[in-house]
Amino acid sequence: MSDTWERVQLASARIPFRIKTGAVWIALFAFLGFVGSSAGFDLQWIQDNMRYIAGGLRYTMYTALGGIALAVVMALLGALARISRNPVANGIAGFYVSFFRGTPLIVQMFLLYLALPPVGRNLAAKYDWLPEGFADWFLLDVMTAGIIALGLNYGAYMTEIFRAGIQSVAAGQGEAADALGMTYLQKMRKVVLPQALRVIIPPTGNEFIAMMKDTALVSFLGTTVDTMEIFRRAQLVGKHDFKNLEAYVAVALLYWALTVLFTYFQARLERRLGRGYDRSHVVKLAEASLRQRRAAGPA
Amino acid sequence: MTGTSTDVVVRIEGLHKSFGHLEVVKGVDLDVHRGEVVVVFGRSGSGKSTVLRCVNFIEDPTEGSIEVAGIRLGGGHRTRRKREQIRQLRLHVGMVFQQFNLFPNMTVLDNVTCAPRMAGKGSETEIAQRAKDLLDRVGLADKAREHPARLSGGQQQRVAIARALAMEPDVMLFDEPTSALDPELTGEVLSVMKTLSTEMHMTMMVVTHEMGFAREVADRMAFFHEGRILEEGPPSELIASPRYAETRAFLEAVL
Repeated sequence: MSDTWERVQLASARIPFRIKTGAVWIALFAFLGFVGSSAGFDLQWIQDNMRYIAGGLRYTMYTALGGIALAVVMALLGALARISRNPVANGIAGFYVSFFRGTPLIVQMFLLYLALPPVGRNLAAKYDWLPEGFADWFLLDVMTAGIIALGLNYGAYMTEIFRAGIQSVAAGQGEAADALGMTYLQKMRKVVLPQALRVIIPPTGNEFIAMMKDTALVSFLGTTVDTMEIFRRAQLVGKHDFKNLEAYVAVALLYWALTVLFTYFQARLERRLGRGYDRSHVVKLAEASLRQRRAAGPA
Repeated sequence: MTGTSTDVVVRIEGLHKSFGHLEVVKGVDLDVHRGEVVVVFGRSGSGKSTVLRCVNFIEDPTEGSIEVAGIRLGGGHRTRRKREQIRQLRLHVGMVFQQFNLFPNMTVLDNVTCAPRMAGKGSETEIAQRAKDLLDRVGLADKAREHPARLSGGQQQRVAIARALAMEPDVMLFDEPTSALDPELTGEVLSVMKTLSTEMHMTMMVVTHEMGFAREVADRMAFFHEGRILEEGPPSELIASPRYAETRAFLEAVL
């Protein structure tokens, strides 16, 4: 018995690890497929409805891209303020980060979408010197409110990522820029931030991927029919046809595919940013010359 | 000290520097004249690097003042006006660091051109031409398009020298420029520094333990001990017949 097991292990050791993990994946999919088909999983329904559900992808992406764009701006300003010695900037940034990290995202969404409009209305009623139409300034449509809430919330978390990234740049870099008579802005823009970016981008990619999934929360604000993102669409058609299993599996697969896709792009970007830092080319050069020397004559 | 005050490029007066409760520099006065090479040496912790870093306000003096090219400044809180004055002073001072501190996100050429471009020192073609001339002078014209990570330590330090020179400073500060280099690479950096003095008549303050370089290039040497200048004089005197036992002990250790 133990002899056989030993032989299995030795045989297995000859198969590349990636092939083996791949086989495990295939087995897991097969198992899930088997469970699904036994449970009456309606593949045809998914085929019929996928087009409609996937039609919400553009709104999911708009929301996520808008949210991450705002979050990056907030994180950059927040991080610069957090490391600044200016008490006003520092205080505002600390307040911002504390509030948006200290309250749930869904609460922030409702605050922006439902709780803010009365503020505009009441202020406009009380102070007549406010500009005309002030009451409507805080009336946001669902997608805008969702984007702002996501951007502010993720921006608060990313403030710490950006701050750490900026502080990870060697002190000597800032000193060299100072010694060359650069202004603070020149130093940040040309020297510190480009180097901090290498540290900032990988976790920012993770935040973007996380945000893509959190766009599903926007549907709780009651998305209107013309801007429904994928989760809301799946929910609607699933409920309508009593196909909840199929609908949620379909939308889960869509989010999963998006995540895999963006993880791939993120990895590529990271590699691109690594240029100018890695010395792997030196190793390659050394190896090449070694090969040449070996080819030139017997050792 | 001969010469009128107009040839003084750097004047350090009553300089004190403390880090918290630790006083590192305890009253230093030093004038550096135009074209002069002053070598500063002493044990680590004697305050020599700190003095150098105070000259261009990378460290803020606790007491005393620094005057460079007619701009006289003391330490203290950095208001907006003060920050701009410090920046103006720095435009007259080039600095070369122990760890090179080249910008890894730029090519060698961009390292040399970025500061003059930001400061608006000449047209784009002038800046590029000057950078090429300087890289040629330090023997690295063929590396202009490379990234610093591809260069050896000695090459990186020579680029750092070119980068500082591109701002056409009145004085160059060298903070242990060869201490981070492998022994076989120090020669190329020291010889470039020597040509700055002999060919460009550059005013230089050099913190180094390279006594061979000091003997050959320095006009004056200052020995730092416990935050003060214990003695100073031309290398011929100071190296051959130091007056203090501390100086003698240190020289015996490094020679």
